Amino acid sequence: MDSALIIEKGIFIVVIFAITMLMAMYSTLAERKIAAWLQDRIGPNRAGKGGILQPLADGLKLFAKEEFMPDTPNKFLFILGPAISMTMALLTSAVLPWGDKLEIAGHTVILQATDIDVAMLYVFAVLSVGVYGIMIGGWASNNKYSLMAALRASSQLISYEVAMGLSIVALIMMSGTMSLREIAAQQEGMNWNVFYQPLGFIIFLVCSFAETNRTPFDLAECEAELIGGHHTEYSSMKMGFYLFGEYAAMFISSAILAILYFGAYNYPGMSWVAENWGANMANILGIVVLFIKICFFIFFYMWVRWTIPRFRYDQLMNLGWKMLIPLAIANIVLTGVIIIIADKYL
Amino acid sequence: MSLDTISLSGRKKEVSNKKMNFWESIYLVAILKGLMITIKHLFKRKVTIKYPEQIREFSPVYRGQHMLKRDEKGRENCTACGMCAVACPAEAITMTAAERKPGEEHLYREEKYASVYEINMLRCIFCGLCEEACPKDAIYLTESKVIVKSASHREDFIYGKDKLVMPLEMAIKNSKSLN
Repeated sequence: MDSALIIEKGIFIVVIFAITMLMAMYSTLAERKIAAWLQDRIGPNRAGKGGILQPLADGLKLFAKEEFMPDTPNKFLFILGPAISMTMALLTSAVLPWGDKLEIAGHTVILQATDIDVAMLYVFAVLSVGVYGIMIGGWASNNKYSLMAALRASSQLISYEVAMGLSIVALIMMSGTMSLREIAAQQEGMNWNVFYQPLGFIIFLVCSFAETNRTPFDLAECEAELIGGHHTEYSSMKMGFYLFGEYAAMFISSAILAILYFGAYNYPGMSWVAENWGANMANILGIVVLFIKICFFIFFYMWVRWTIPRFRYDQLMNLGWKMLIPLAIANIVLTGVIIIIADKYL
Repeated sequence: MSLDTISLSGRKKEVSNKKMNFWESIYLVAILKGLMITIKHLFKRKVTIKYPEQIREFSPVYRGQHMLKRDEKGRENCTACGMCAVACPAEAITMTAAERKPGEEHLYREEKYASVYEINMLRCIFCGLCEEACPKDAIYLTESKVIVKSASHREDFIYGKDKLVMPLEMAIKNSKSLN
């Protein structure tokens, strides 16, 4: 590995990190704005023009808050909780393709931090570790409400991970690869996976809501029953890390949805743009298109949050085990049958 | 007719406890319907009034901040008779009377005046009874849209003569328009 590649990847990773942070920051503002708009209100509009500086004000406020540590024997775990939550949310972005490639001064830059063959497995592994952030935080808080929230979160995430994994199996059967780069490349033009795997997409979408702890699956932090849930005992920036990690996870999850099912950086007419305006222009447009798709999914997350109430716990479990998992298995069978038929007769 | 079929208000509804079918139990249709309702609200006109910049439209009979009037020669009307304080249902008004000294005839219209006149704005309910009770047309409630400013001490809400008496410039303007 030459040093140029290391520098290139280093710069790329820093840029991705910065963009993820920026998106997470502005997701907090977007959440409040969209909540307000859907409820016929205006939303925060005092900090900067139209509230554009609100995330900075919020961050500053969290930094200035008193750092409170509950009387717990697990001081190390107490700090580890939010750290894991944040780290795991960010780690997933390493394998996501943010675009095809760019030619800069005769040098090809691949717009992906690392292209590994088992990217799908990596994503799942990191997502599964993410639950430890909530579990450890809830456990170390030495508070029964936090512990309840940690229990709920872990059982919910484990249940929905099964359905999520099964819905992805059908996609992998179809595309024949686990590399996100190849999955993205296969969906050229309007050849998006959502048209071939509509059921798989819906199951994956529902599970994404559960995995990111968003409404209607936000039982881990339902204020009415559990105060603040797993972050009841947290204050200052440790609390900020939990909230921030949640929004970062939402951004990454939207990116995964866009890449797996909504054609990643592909858009209709990409080859025409590449012929007429050059390949670089087509790929830059591709990045823009990917971010538009991601923003749409972030909006969708918020839209759903401000539309429906959260599930009861038994409804949550019923939906996960009795509805989504059988549907996902049926989807696998259906996909298998269609692949065999297509191989034989087409 | 048995008891549970009677509906006195005529609005009684039977609760349906039917089991959800498959499509209902995966909630997707209901959620889609809900999403359509909320997205409509995204484009609706917002009802918020951005307060300091925008001010709500008041009714024509609106009663605002009190003012102690001056007459056409710029003299204070108030004689500290205390009728307003008696009339006040919230007991917001207090005053101290003083005798006019020779040489103060240009300041006070009659021989007696209020040396201290205070209204507690936390108590005042803007009913306007003080205005009705006043025999000298001294106190009245203006149409001023300025609402009592927030403050961090209770004392700051007790408005004295410095805030209540009509400013001299306004009195000069009034007497000019009369002549």
